[in-house]
Amino acid sequence: MTRWLPFEWIAALRFLAEGRLQTGFILGGVSIGVAVIVFMSAMLAGLQANFIRRVLTSQPHIQILPPDEVARPLRAGPGVVEAAIVQRPTQRVISIDQWQRIAAEISGRPDVNMVAPTATGSALAVRGSASRSINVTGMDPALYFQIVRMPDYIVAGEMRLGSDDVIVGTELAKELGASVGDKLNVASAAAEGRSLTITAIFDLGNKGVNGRNAYVALRTAQSLLNLIGGATTIDVTVKDIYAAETIAQDIAAVSPVEADSWIKTNAQFFTAVKAQQTSNTIIRLFVGLSVAFGIAAVLVVSVIQRSKDIGILRAMGARRAQVLRVFLIQGGVLGFAGSAFGSVLGAAALVVWHRYARQADGAELFPLILEPTLFVAAMALATITGVAAGTAPALRAAKLDPVEAIRG
Amino acid sequence: MADVLVLEGIRKSFNIGTSVETEVLHGIDLRVRAGEFVAIIGPSGSGKSTLLNIIGLLDRPTSGNLFITGLDVSDLSDAALTGLRGHAIGFVFQHHYLISAFTAGENVMMPMLVDRGRPSPAMERRADELLSLVGLTKWRNNKATNMSGGQQQRVAIARALAMKPALVLADEPTGNLDTASAEAVFALMRSINRDQATSFVIVTHNLSLAQRCDRIVQVVDGQIASG
Repeated sequence: MTRWLPFEWIAALRFLAEGRLQTGFILGGVSIGVAVIVFMSAMLAGLQANFIRRVLTSQPHIQILPPDEVARPLRAGPGVVEAAIVQRPTQRVISIDQWQRIAAEISGRPDVNMVAPTATGSALAVRGSASRSINVTGMDPALYFQIVRMPDYIVAGEMRLGSDDVIVGTELAKELGASVGDKLNVASAAAEGRSLTITAIFDLGNKGVNGRNAYVALRTAQSLLNLIGGATTIDVTVKDIYAAETIAQDIAAVSPVEADSWIKTNAQFFTAVKAQQTSNTIIRLFVGLSVAFGIAAVLVVSVIQRSKDIGILRAMGARRAQVLRVFLIQGGVLGFAGSAFGSVLGAAALVVWHRYARQADGAELFPLILEPTLFVAAMALATITGVAAGTAPALRAAKLDPVEAIRG
Repeated sequence: MADVLVLEGIRKSFNIGTSVETEVLHGIDLRVRAGEFVAIIGPSGSGKSTLLNIIGLLDRPTSGNLFITGLDVSDLSDAALTGLRGHAIGFVFQHHYLISAFTAGENVMMPMLVDRGRPSPAMERRADELLSLVGLTKWRNNKATNMSGGQQQRVAIARALAMKPALVLADEPTGNLDTASAEAVFALMRSINRDQATSFVIVTHNLSLAQRCDRIVQVVDGQIASG
């Protein structure tokens, strides 16, 4: 008999060991349940992280824009009924009013990571007889590249942005027959054109973006778009990406700007992420419940089978609390041991699945993230579930009348 | 010699307050002195087992007073009764009722383990001592289920003595044994009673065994007819 274990533990472990077949089956059940939970959680976390990484490394979490220009008709005066037709004015490329102050305010928020002002507008890229309309984004590379990880997507040239440099996408370079070091004439409707040198070519994985976007230094864009000292957008990243919409609303409420979060601009994607999370939670909940019911069922049977033992223990002076603990411990041990096996099983399944499940291009479907916290949480939760599942049978055992129990 | 057990006007009714209320014990008075070996006999349904359950603090009387080793137990809480039961009373049942998940030695240790919470070398020594007393030293590590009925009952007797109780209650201890084993088990209880001055109250149907006890108490229809 193990000397350091208390009586309740000794009895609980012996009872489990004696009912080997029963214990084996329920351990198998708990293991499979926990393996499913671990596998699903890790896989979905990986998939989600992958999606979010893809979406959020090529765009800011919140984009601050100048408010729409609206026409305000003059009213004739009170009491006069007018049937005014108000035409929407054209939206010029304008700077955010006092953008430096607003940017400083936003970067002062504790929930904000990074703030990068940009000057964005349409322009025409001309090379020889070929011309393409492009979207010029002028930014400060030191700030902007922390939001959109452009250096990760560079396929040719080096990441350098002087006042006469431009970075273009693979598609635009192809269409204009340009490569790194070539000159490009870029002109907008608002100002004189400039001749810029291509220093790098990027591939953001989207044909439209690769054919349309061009990046220049903030000052270059300001002069190209005739926005001297101005910024048309402020790109923001936040610490909790899911709080982006709330933060955006906060910003819009205190400053005369529009603030669009990635949640709003990617509503469909966000709904998909949410739906995935919800279905994941529901599946985990039901698997958890079936594990709990399994443990409870086995322990109820065990209490019935052991009612004579319980009666004898009570007759020889075992207190109700001691009997209660014997069965609660059994529930906890089943949950813990089952979840330990289940964690190993789930991790093994993840490794195998990760190796064989590939995307069409051979890239991994999801990053393999084996977070220790997931396993610790799964085991803690399974142990608590086991103890909770053992409560009803344990109470039943503790309440057994020794006379009845011994008589059988 | 002091009384180990005193019953005064013990009554027990079942289904109290219902139309089928039945009184099975009608005012039992009984005294058992320290070191006495008492047999309770009586026909089936006479209330012997109910009486034994009340004496063993497994059940409460409807009325009357019960003293165990001089202590009035009438007003004790359930927890206090459980504690007293563990220390003052040892049980031997007809069907042996060893806990099958444990070895013979561990079964003997069990009352001490329940009482003290953790095993200790002292408990093991006491269990060895008791197993040797009942002649089963070499069966110490055998699972209870791998032993004969007589052997199991001897282990049960050793277990009943683990806490050095003042009183051992035995409900048909030989009822399930062949004559030779029954004889051996009875002789063992008698020798323990003699050597250790432990009082025994045994319920039995075996008249020849009862006649070899110090006193026979005959229960008929919930009353003591003689003894």
